[in-house]
Amino acid sequence: MEPSDASAGVLPKGGTPGIRFDKVVKSYGGNAVLRGLDFTIAPGERVTLIGPSGCGKTTILRLLMTLEKADGGDIWIGDRALTHMDKGGKKAPPSEKHLHEMRKQVGMVFQQFNLFPNMSVLRNLTEAPVHVLGDSKDEAAERARELLEMVGLAGKADAHPSQLSGGQQQRVAIARALAMRPKVLLLDEVTSALDPELVVGVQDLLRDIARQSDLTLLCVTHEMNFAKDISDRVLMFAEGRIVEEGPPEQIFSAPAEQRTRDFLQAVLAT
Amino acid sequence: MWDVIEAPILWQGAWVTVQLTLYSAALAFALAFPFGLAGISRHAWVRAIGRFYVEVFRGLPALVLMFWFFYSLPLAGLRLETLFAGVAALGLNYGAYGAEVVRGALKAVPKTQFEAAVALNLRPAQRVRRVLLPQAVPLMLPTFGNQLVELMKATAIVSLISISDLMFRAQQLRSSTGEGAAVFLVILVMYFVIAQAMLLLVRYLERRSERTLGRVRAEGAAR
Repeated sequence: MEPSDASAGVLPKGGTPGIRFDKVVKSYGGNAVLRGLDFTIAPGERVTLIGPSGCGKTTILRLLMTLEKADGGDIWIGDRALTHMDKGGKKAPPSEKHLHEMRKQVGMVFQQFNLFPNMSVLRNLTEAPVHVLGDSKDEAAERARELLEMVGLAGKADAHPSQLSGGQQQRVAIARALAMRPKVLLLDEVTSALDPELVVGVQDLLRDIARQSDLTLLCVTHEMNFAKDISDRVLMFAEGRIVEEGPPEQIFSAPAEQRTRDFLQAVLAT
Repeated sequence: MWDVIEAPILWQGAWVTVQLTLYSAALAFALAFPFGLAGISRHAWVRAIGRFYVEVFRGLPALVLMFWFFYSLPLAGLRLETLFAGVAALGLNYGAYGAEVVRGALKAVPKTQFEAAVALNLRPAQRVRRVLLPQAVPLMLPTFGNQLVELMKATAIVSLISISDLMFRAQQLRSSTGEGAAVFLVILVMYFVIAQAMLLLVRYLERRSERTLGRVRAEGAAR
Protein backbone atom coordinates (compact mmCIF):
# COMPACT_ATOMS: atom_id res chain seq x y z
CA MET A 1 0.00 0.00 0.00
CA GLU A 2 2.82 2.44 -0.85
CA PRO A 3 1.57 5.77 -2.13
CA SER A 4 2.11 6.06 -5.85
CA ASP A 5 4.34 8.71 -7.42
CA ALA A 6 1.19 10.68 -8.05
CA SER A 7 0.96 11.39 -4.33
CA ALA A 8 3.67 14.02 -4.65
CA GLY A 9 1.20 16.06 -6.68
CA VAL A 10 -1.84 15.68 -4.46
CA LEU A 11 -0.17 16.34 -1.15
CA PRO A 12 0.21 19.94 -0.01
CA LYS A 13 3.65 21.47 -0.12
CA GLY A 14 4.91 24.75 1.29
CA GLY A 15 3.21 27.66 3.01
CA THR A 16 2.51 25.62 6.10
CA PRO A 17 1.55 27.62 9.20
CA GLY A 18 2.46 26.85 12.76
CA ILE A 19 0.02 26.71 15.66
CA ARG A 20 0.11 28.49 18.99
CA PHE A 21 -2.12 28.06 22.04
CA ASP A 22 -1.84 30.95 24.45
CA LYS A 23 -3.38 30.47 27.93
CA VAL A 24 -6.36 28.65 26.49
CA VAL A 25 -9.14 27.88 28.92
CA LYS A 26 -12.08 25.57 28.28
CA SER A 27 -14.52 23.93 30.62
CA TYR A 28 -17.66 21.88 30.25
CA GLY A 29 -20.26 22.64 32.88
CA GLY A 30 -17.82 23.48 35.66
CA ASN A 31 -15.36 20.77 34.66
CA ALA A 32 -12.20 22.55 33.51
CA VAL A 33 -10.48 20.54 30.78
CA LEU A 34 -7.99 23.16 29.59
CA ARG A 35 -6.50 25.32 32.33
CA GLY A 36 -4.36 27.93 30.65
CA LEU A 37 -2.95 25.66 27.98
CA ASP A 38 0.24 26.93 26.27
CA PHE A 39 2.08 25.26 23.47
CA THR A 40 3.57 26.01 20.08
CA ILE A 41 3.89 23.87 16.99
CA ALA A 42 6.37 24.93 14.33
CA PRO A 43 5.35 25.07 10.67
CA GLY A 44 5.50 21.58 9.21
CA GLU A 45 6.14 19.98 12.59
CA ARG A 46 4.48 16.69 13.47
CA VAL A 47 3.29 16.56 17.02
CA THR A 48 1.49 13.89 18.98
CA LEU A 49 -0.58 14.53 22.06
CA ILE A 50 -0.62 11.73 24.59
CA GLY A 51 -2.24 11.53 27.99
CA PRO A 52 -4.99 9.86 30.00
CA SER A 53 -8.25 9.42 28.12
CA GLY A 54 -11.08 11.81 28.72
CA CYS A 55 -8.72 14.57 29.78
CA GLY A 56 -9.29 16.92 26.84
CA LYS A 57 -6.81 15.98 24.11
CA THR A 58 -9.60 15.76 21.58
CA THR A 59 -10.90 19.13 22.77
CA ILE A 60 -7.63 20.68 21.62
CA LEU A 61 -8.22 19.37 18.09
CA ARG A 62 -11.88 20.37 18.17
CA LEU A 63 -10.94 23.92 19.13
CA LEU A 64 -8.60 24.13 16.14
CA MET A 65 -11.37 22.80 13.87
CA THR A 66 -13.80 25.39 15.32
CA LEU A 67 -16.09 22.63 16.59
CA GLU A 68 -15.71 24.14 20.06
CA LYS A 69 -15.19 27.65 21.32
CA ALA A 70 -12.50 28.49 23.84
CA ASP A 71 -13.67 30.16 27.05
CA GLY A 72 -10.50 32.20 27.24
CA GLY A 73 -7.04 32.65 25.79
CA ASP A 74 -5.94 32.82 22.17
CA ILE A 75 -5.32 30.25 19.48
CA TRP A 76 -3.17 31.18 16.51
CA ILE A 77 -2.84 29.45 13.18
CA GLY A 78 0.08 31.06 11.38
CA ASP A 79 -0.09 34.79 12.07
CA ARG A 80 -3.87 34.96 12.41
CA ALA A 81 -5.90 34.35 15.52
CA LEU A 82 -8.65 31.77 15.36
CA THR A 83 -10.27 32.99 18.55
CA HIS A 84 -10.72 36.64 17.62
CA MET A 85 -10.62 39.15 14.81
CA ASP A 86 -8.88 42.45 14.72
CA LYS A 87 -11.45 45.23 14.46
CA GLY A 88 -9.86 48.69 14.45
CA GLY A 89 -7.12 47.56 16.81
CA LYS A 90 -9.58 45.87 19.15
CA LYS A 91 -10.31 42.20 19.66
CA ALA A 92 -13.70 41.18 18.29
CA PRO A 93 -15.36 37.76 18.41
CA PRO A 94 -14.74 35.82 15.20
CA SER A 95 -17.44 36.04 12.55
CA GLU A 96 -18.56 33.00 10.54
CA LYS A 97 -16.66 34.54 7.61
CA HIS A 98 -13.47 34.74 9.65
CA LEU A 99 -13.87 31.14 10.80
CA HIS A 100 -14.49 30.10 7.19
CA GLU A 101 -11.19 31.70 6.15
CA MET A 102 -9.32 30.07 9.03
CA ARG A 103 -10.80 26.62 8.37
CA LYS A 104 -9.41 26.70 4.84
CA GLN A 105 -6.02 25.81 6.31
CA VAL A 106 -7.19 22.99 8.54
CA GLY A 107 -8.38 19.45 7.87
CA MET A 108 -9.49 16.85 10.36
CA VAL A 109 -9.86 13.08 10.38
CA PHE A 110 -12.25 11.71 12.99
CA GLN A 111 -12.20 8.59 15.10
CA GLN A 112 -15.49 7.42 13.59
CA PHE A 113 -14.66 8.46 9.98
CA ASN A 114 -17.93 10.42 9.62
CA LEU A 115 -18.24 9.85 5.89
CA PHE A 116 -21.43 11.21 4.37
CA PRO A 117 -23.76 8.22 3.86
CA ASN A 118 -25.85 10.11 1.32
CA MET A 119 -22.97 10.26 -1.16
CA SER A 120 -20.72 7.85 -3.04
CA VAL A 121 -17.07 7.62 -2.07
CA LEU A 122 -16.11 9.90 -4.95
CA ARG A 123 -18.69 12.52 -4.03
CA ASN A 124 -17.52 12.47 -0.43
CA LEU A 125 -14.20 13.66 -1.86
CA THR A 126 -15.50 16.14 -4.44
CA GLU A 127 -18.44 17.77 -2.64
CA ALA A 128 -16.46 20.31 -0.61
CA PRO A 129 -13.79 21.11 -3.23
CA VAL A 130 -16.53 21.85 -5.77
CA HIS A 131 -18.88 23.79 -3.51
CA VAL A 132 -16.39 25.46 -1.17
CA LEU A 133 -13.19 25.88 -3.17
CA GLY A 134 -15.00 26.38 -6.46
CA ASP A 135 -13.09 23.63 -8.29
CA SER A 136 -14.73 22.41 -11.47
CA LYS A 137 -16.42 19.01 -11.21
CA ASP A 138 -13.88 17.43 -13.55
CA GLU A 139 -10.90 18.89 -11.73
CA ALA A 140 -12.26 17.76 -8.38
CA ALA A 141 -13.05 14.26 -9.66
CA GLU A 142 -9.58 13.90 -11.15
CA ARG A 143 -7.90 14.94 -7.92
CA ALA A 144 -10.23 12.72 -5.93
CA ARG A 145 -9.26 9.73 -8.06
CA GLU A 146 -5.58 10.50 -7.53
CA LEU A 147 -6.15 10.70 -3.79
CA LEU A 148 -8.12 7.45 -3.79
CA GLU A 149 -5.26 5.81 -5.64
CA MET A 150 -2.83 7.15 -3.06
CA VAL A 151 -4.85 5.65 -0.21
CA GLY A 152 -5.13 2.36 -2.09
CA LEU A 153 -8.81 2.56 -3.00
CA ALA A 154 -8.72 3.42 -6.68
CA GLY A 155 -11.44 0.87 -7.43
CA LYS A 156 -13.91 2.16 -4.83
CA ALA A 157 -14.80 5.55 -6.27
CA ASP A 158 -18.38 4.57 -7.03
CA ALA A 159 -18.89 2.43 -3.95
CA HIS A 160 -21.13 3.53 -1.13
CA PRO A 161 -19.42 4.20 2.22
CA SER A 162 -21.49 1.44 3.88
CA GLN A 163 -19.95 -1.09 1.48
CA LEU A 164 -16.45 -0.42 2.83
CA SER A 165 -14.64 -1.88 5.82
CA GLY A 166 -13.70 0.41 8.69
CA GLY A 167 -10.13 0.63 7.47
CA GLN A 168 -11.27 1.51 3.97
CA GLN A 169 -13.69 4.12 5.31
CA GLN A 170 -10.92 5.73 7.31
CA ARG A 171 -8.71 5.84 4.19
CA VAL A 172 -11.52 7.59 2.35
CA ALA A 173 -11.88 10.03 5.25
CA ILE A 174 -8.15 10.79 5.09
CA ALA A 175 -8.39 11.36 1.34
CA ARG A 176 -11.48 13.53 1.87
CA ALA A 177 -9.63 15.75 4.34
CA LEU A 178 -6.65 16.06 1.98
CA ALA A 179 -8.94 16.91 -0.95
CA MET A 180 -9.49 20.30 0.68
CA ARG A 181 -5.73 20.98 0.44
CA PRO A 182 -5.26 21.77 4.14
CA LYS A 183 -1.95 22.98 5.56
CA VAL A 184 -2.67 21.58 8.99
CA LEU A 185 -4.03 18.07 9.48
CA LEU A 186 -5.66 17.02 12.74
CA LEU A 187 -5.87 13.30 13.47
CA ASP A 188 -8.25 12.39 16.28
CA GLU A 189 -7.59 8.81 17.40
CA VAL A 190 -7.98 7.76 13.81
CA THR A 191 -7.27 4.09 14.40
CA SER A 192 -9.07 3.46 17.69
CA ALA A 193 -12.35 2.47 16.03
CA LEU A 194 -10.66 -0.01 13.69
CA ASP A 195 -10.32 -3.76 13.97
CA PRO A 196 -6.77 -4.59 15.12
CA GLU A 197 -5.73 -6.08 11.77
CA LEU A 198 -6.67 -2.88 9.93
CA VAL A 199 -4.76 -0.50 12.20
CA VAL A 200 -1.30 -1.01 10.73
CA GLY A 201 -2.37 -0.30 7.15
CA VAL A 202 -3.93 3.04 8.06
CA GLN A 203 -0.91 3.94 10.20
CA ASP A 204 1.46 3.13 7.34
CA LEU A 205 -0.57 5.33 5.04
CA LEU A 206 -0.43 8.25 7.46
CA ARG A 207 3.30 7.78 7.96
CA ASP A 208 3.82 7.99 4.21
CA ILE A 209 1.65 11.07 3.95
CA ALA A 210 3.59 12.71 6.78
CA ARG A 211 6.89 11.88 5.12
CA GLN A 212 5.90 13.15 1.69
CA SER A 213 4.16 16.39 2.63
CA ASP A 214 4.88 19.60 4.48
CA LEU A 215 1.69 19.29 6.52
CA THR A 216 1.70 20.50 10.08
CA LEU A 217 0.38 17.46 11.87
CA LEU A 218 -1.32 17.33 15.23
CA CYS A 219 -2.28 13.88 16.29
CA VAL A 220 -4.09 12.39 19.27
CA THR A 221 -3.46 8.68 19.69
CA HIS A 222 -3.22 5.86 22.18
CA GLU A 223 -0.93 3.89 19.88
CA MET A 224 2.48 4.64 21.31
CA ASN A 225 4.40 2.98 18.48
CA PHE A 226 2.55 5.10 15.97
CA ALA A 227 3.27 8.19 18.05
CA LYS A 228 6.95 7.25 18.13
CA ASP A 229 7.06 6.80 14.36
CA ILE A 230 5.12 9.75 13.16
CA SER A 231 6.11 12.58 15.48
CA ASP A 232 8.95 15.03 15.74
CA ARG A 233 7.77 15.85 19.21
CA VAL A 234 5.42 14.37 21.80
CA LEU A 235 3.37 16.42 24.24
CA MET A 236 2.22 14.76 27.43
CA PHE A 237 -1.08 16.35 28.38
CA ALA A 238 -2.75 15.93 31.77
CA GLU A 239 -5.04 17.94 34.01
CA GLY A 240 -5.50 20.73 31.51
CA ARG A 241 -1.83 21.40 30.79
CA ILE A 242 1.20 20.10 28.97
CA VAL A 243 3.17 18.43 31.73
CA GLU A 244 6.11 17.29 29.65
CA GLU A 245 7.32 17.49 26.09
CA GLY A 246 10.21 16.30 24.03
CA PRO A 247 11.30 14.15 21.12
CA PRO A 248 9.61 10.74 21.14
CA GLU A 249 12.83 8.86 22.01
CA GLN A 250 13.18 10.89 25.17
CA ILE A 251 9.53 10.81 26.24
CA PHE A 252 9.16 7.09 25.71
CA SER A 253 12.50 5.94 27.08
CA ALA A 254 13.36 8.50 29.72
CA PRO A 255 10.30 10.48 30.82
CA ALA A 256 11.16 13.10 33.41
CA GLU A 257 7.74 13.45 35.03
CA GLN A 258 6.12 10.92 37.32
CA ARG A 259 2.74 11.43 35.61
CA THR A 260 4.25 10.58 32.24
CA ARG A 261 5.87 7.45 33.68
CA ASP A 262 2.60 6.33 35.26
CA PHE A 263 0.70 6.96 32.07
CA LEU A 264 3.16 5.12 29.85
CA GLN A 265 3.31 2.23 32.25
CA ALA A 266 -0.49 1.94 32.21
CA VAL A 267 -0.71 2.17 28.41
CA LEU A 268 2.14 -0.18 27.65
CA ALA A 269 0.85 -2.76 30.14
CA THR A 270 -2.29 -3.31 28.06
CA MET B 1 -76.19 -0.74 -4.00
CA TRP B 2 -74.94 -0.60 -7.59
CA ASP B 3 -76.74 2.62 -8.31
CA VAL B 4 -74.86 4.13 -5.35
CA ILE B 5 -71.47 2.90 -6.55
CA GLU B 6 -72.17 4.04 -10.06
CA ALA B 7 -73.39 7.48 -9.05
CA PRO B 8 -71.07 9.90 -10.90
CA ILE B 9 -71.33 12.51 -8.15
CA LEU B 10 -69.48 10.19 -5.73
CA TRP B 11 -66.61 9.84 -8.17
CA GLN B 12 -66.55 13.59 -8.69
CA GLY B 13 -66.51 13.99 -4.92
CA ALA B 14 -63.62 11.55 -4.59
CA TRP B 15 -61.65 13.55 -7.12
CA VAL B 16 -62.29 16.77 -5.18
CA THR B 17 -61.11 15.02 -1.99
CA VAL B 18 -57.89 13.94 -3.73
CA GLN B 19 -57.31 17.46 -5.06
CA LEU B 20 -57.99 19.03 -1.68
CA THR B 21 -55.53 16.62 -0.11
CA LEU B 22 -52.84 17.42 -2.65
CA TYR B 23 -53.27 21.20 -2.38
CA SER B 24 -53.32 21.12 1.43
CA ALA B 25 -50.34 18.75 1.52
CA ALA B 26 -48.41 21.04 -0.84
CA LEU B 27 -49.11 24.01 1.44
CA ALA B 28 -48.25 21.96 4.53
CA PHE B 29 -44.91 20.91 3.00
CA ALA B 30 -44.13 24.43 1.92
CA LEU B 31 -44.62 25.53 5.54
CA ALA B 32 -43.11 22.49 7.28
CA PHE B 33 -39.63 22.80 5.77
CA PRO B 34 -38.84 26.48 6.44
CA PHE B 35 -40.39 26.42 9.91
CA GLY B 36 -38.81 23.06 10.73
CA LEU B 37 -35.41 24.39 9.63
CA ALA B 38 -36.02 27.50 11.71
CA GLY B 39 -36.28 25.16 14.70
CA ILE B 40 -32.61 24.14 14.43
CA SER B 41 -31.24 27.61 13.71
CA ARG B 42 -28.25 28.97 15.62
CA HIS B 43 -30.17 32.19 16.14
CA ALA B 44 -32.65 32.26 19.00
CA TRP B 45 -34.98 34.69 17.23
CA VAL B 46 -35.26 32.39 14.19
CA ARG B 47 -36.04 29.46 16.48
CA ALA B 48 -38.66 31.63 18.19
CA ILE B 49 -40.42 32.28 14.89
CA GLY B 50 -40.50 28.54 14.22
CA ARG B 51 -41.88 27.82 17.67
CA PHE B 52 -44.52 30.52 17.33
CA TYR B 53 -45.90 29.09 14.11
CA VAL B 54 -45.89 25.53 15.42
CA GLU B 55 -47.52 26.33 18.75
CA VAL B 56 -50.20 28.56 17.23
CA PHE B 57 -51.33 26.29 14.44
CA ARG B 58 -50.87 23.03 16.30
CA GLY B 59 -53.18 24.42 18.96
CA LEU B 60 -56.00 25.53 16.67
CA PRO B 61 -58.68 23.11 15.48
CA ALA B 62 -58.64 22.98 11.68
CA LEU B 63 -62.42 22.98 11.63
CA VAL B 64 -62.75 26.25 13.54
CA LEU B 65 -59.90 27.81 11.61
CA MET B 66 -61.66 26.90 8.37
CA PHE B 67 -64.93 28.51 9.48
CA TRP B 68 -63.05 31.58 10.56
CA PHE B 69 -61.39 31.92 7.14
CA PHE B 70 -64.73 31.22 5.50
CA TYR B 71 -66.57 33.96 7.34
CA SER B 72 -63.89 36.55 8.05
CA LEU B 73 -61.94 36.79 4.80
CA PRO B 74 -64.92 38.14 2.84
CA LEU B 75 -65.35 40.77 5.61
CA ALA B 76 -61.77 41.87 4.95
CA GLY B 77 -62.74 42.33 1.33
CA LEU B 78 -61.00 39.14 0.20
CA ARG B 79 -63.19 37.30 -2.26
CA LEU B 80 -61.63 33.92 -2.50
CA GLU B 81 -62.93 30.59 -3.57
CA THR B 82 -64.45 28.53 -0.81
CA LEU B 83 -61.76 25.96 -1.51
CA PHE B 84 -59.18 28.43 -0.21
CA ALA B 85 -60.61 28.40 3.32
CA GLY B 86 -60.39 24.60 3.44
CA VAL B 87 -56.90 24.33 1.96
CA ALA B 88 -55.54 27.18 4.11
CA ALA B 89 -56.94 25.76 7.34
CA LEU B 90 -55.72 22.23 6.68
CA GLY B 91 -52.37 23.34 5.22
CA LEU B 92 -51.55 25.64 8.14
CA ASN B 93 -52.62 23.02 10.66
CA TYR B 94 -50.72 20.09 9.15
CA GLY B 95 -47.77 22.33 8.26
CA ALA B 96 -47.29 22.86 12.00
CA TYR B 97 -47.19 19.09 12.65
CA GLY B 98 -44.91 18.71 9.65
CA ALA B 99 -42.52 21.38 10.93
CA GLU B 100 -42.06 19.31 14.09
CA VAL B 101 -41.35 16.23 11.99
CA VAL B 102 -38.76 18.13 9.94
CA ARG B 103 -37.12 19.54 13.06
CA GLY B 104 -37.08 16.15 14.78
CA ALA B 105 -35.57 14.41 11.76
CA LEU B 106 -32.86 17.06 11.37
CA LYS B 107 -31.98 16.65 15.03
CA ALA B 108 -31.83 12.88 14.60
CA VAL B 109 -29.00 13.10 12.06
CA PRO B 110 -25.85 12.34 14.08
CA LYS B 111 -24.05 15.47 15.24
CA THR B 112 -20.84 14.03 13.85
CA GLN B 113 -22.22 14.52 10.32
CA PHE B 114 -22.62 18.21 11.04
CA GLU B 115 -19.08 18.28 12.44
CA ALA B 116 -17.67 16.58 9.36
CA ALA B 117 -19.41 19.21 7.25
CA VAL B 118 -17.82 21.97 9.35
CA ALA B 119 -14.42 20.30 9.08
CA LEU B 120 -14.77 20.35 5.29
CA ASN B 121 -15.55 24.06 5.58
CA LEU B 122 -19.04 23.80 4.07
CA ARG B 123 -20.96 27.00 4.70
CA PRO B 124 -23.93 26.86 7.11
CA ALA B 125 -26.52 26.64 4.32
CA GLN B 126 -24.49 23.98 2.50
CA ARG B 127 -24.24 21.88 5.67
CA VAL B 128 -28.01 21.77 5.78
CA ARG B 129 -28.69 21.34 2.07
CA ARG B 130 -25.92 18.90 1.18
CA VAL B 131 -25.44 16.88 4.36
CA LEU B 132 -28.25 17.19 6.90
CA LEU B 133 -31.39 17.35 4.75
CA PRO B 134 -30.51 14.46 2.44
CA GLN B 135 -30.08 12.31 5.54
CA ALA B 136 -33.08 13.70 7.39
CA VAL B 137 -35.67 13.35 4.62
CA PRO B 138 -35.68 9.53 4.73
CA LEU B 139 -36.34 9.76 8.48
CA MET B 140 -39.32 12.03 7.83
CA LEU B 141 -41.03 9.83 5.26
CA PRO B 142 -42.82 7.30 7.50
CA THR B 143 -44.32 10.07 9.63
CA PHE B 144 -45.17 12.13 6.56
CA GLY B 145 -47.01 9.07 5.23
CA ASN B 146 -49.12 8.94 8.39
CA GLN B 147 -49.80 12.63 8.27
CA LEU B 148 -50.78 12.55 4.62
CA VAL B 149 -53.46 9.96 5.39
CA GLU B 150 -54.57 11.93 8.45
CA LEU B 151 -54.83 15.01 6.29
CA MET B 152 -56.79 13.20 3.61
CA LYS B 153 -59.32 12.00 6.18
CA ALA B 154 -59.50 15.44 7.73
CA THR B 155 -60.54 16.96 4.39
CA ALA B 156 -64.05 15.65 5.11
CA ILE B 157 -64.62 18.76 7.24
CA VAL B 158 -64.79 20.94 4.12
CA SER B 159 -68.21 19.48 3.36
CA LEU B 160 -69.41 21.76 6.18
CA ILE B 161 -68.63 24.84 4.10
CA SER B 162 -70.28 23.26 1.05
CA ILE B 163 -67.18 22.23 -0.87
CA SER B 164 -68.41 19.31 -2.94
CA ASP B 165 -65.95 16.71 -1.71
CA LEU B 166 -66.67 13.03 -1.20
CA MET B 167 -68.42 13.58 2.13
CA PHE B 168 -70.58 16.41 0.74
CA ARG B 169 -71.59 14.36 -2.28
CA ALA B 170 -72.44 11.41 -0.06
CA GLN B 171 -74.85 13.53 1.93
CA GLN B 172 -76.43 14.82 -1.27
CA LEU B 173 -76.83 11.29 -2.51
CA ARG B 174 -78.27 10.12 0.79
CA SER B 175 -80.93 12.80 0.82
CA SER B 176 -81.89 12.15 -2.80
CA THR B 177 -81.96 8.31 -2.55
CA GLY B 178 -82.50 7.71 1.15
CA GLU B 179 -79.91 4.92 1.06
CA GLY B 180 -77.79 6.23 3.94
CA ALA B 181 -76.23 2.92 4.97
CA ALA B 182 -75.15 1.97 1.45
CA VAL B 183 -73.86 5.46 0.61
CA PHE B 184 -71.68 5.77 3.68
CA LEU B 185 -70.39 2.21 3.37
CA VAL B 186 -69.32 2.97 -0.20
CA ILE B 187 -67.52 6.18 0.69
CA LEU B 188 -65.80 4.50 3.65
CA VAL B 189 -64.32 2.07 1.15
CA MET B 190 -63.43 4.93 -1.18
CA TYR B 191 -61.59 6.84 1.58
CA PHE B 192 -59.77 3.64 2.46
CA VAL B 193 -58.68 3.04 -1.12
CA ILE B 194 -57.44 6.63 -1.50
CA ALA B 195 -55.44 6.22 1.73
CA GLN B 196 -53.89 2.97 0.51
CA ALA B 197 -52.86 4.57 -2.78
CA MET B 198 -51.16 7.38 -0.88
CA LEU B 199 -49.35 4.95 1.42
CA LEU B 200 -48.11 2.97 -1.58
CA LEU B 201 -46.57 6.13 -2.95
CA VAL B 202 -44.92 6.93 0.39
CA ARG B 203 -43.54 3.39 0.72
CA TYR B 204 -42.05 3.65 -2.75
CA LEU B 205 -40.32 6.89 -1.74
CA GLU B 206 -39.09 5.29 1.48
CA ARG B 207 -37.51 2.39 -0.38
CA ARG B 208 -35.87 4.73 -2.83
CA SER B 209 -34.41 6.93 -0.11
CA GLU B 210 -33.10 3.96 1.83
CA ARG B 211 -31.21 2.88 -1.24
CA THR B 212 -29.54 6.24 -1.65
CA LEU B 213 -28.43 6.13 1.98
CA GLY B 214 -27.04 2.65 1.42
CA ARG B 215 -29.21 1.02 4.07
CA VAL B 216 -30.23 -1.47 1.43
CA ARG B 217 -27.26 -2.60 -0.57
CA ALA B 218 -27.60 -1.84 -4.26
CA GLU B 219 -27.90 -5.06 -6.24
CA GLY B 220 -24.70 -6.44 -7.69
CA ALA B 221 -22.48 -4.13 -5.67
CA ALA B 222 -19.10 -5.68 -5.07
CA ARG B 223 -17.58 -5.54 -1.65
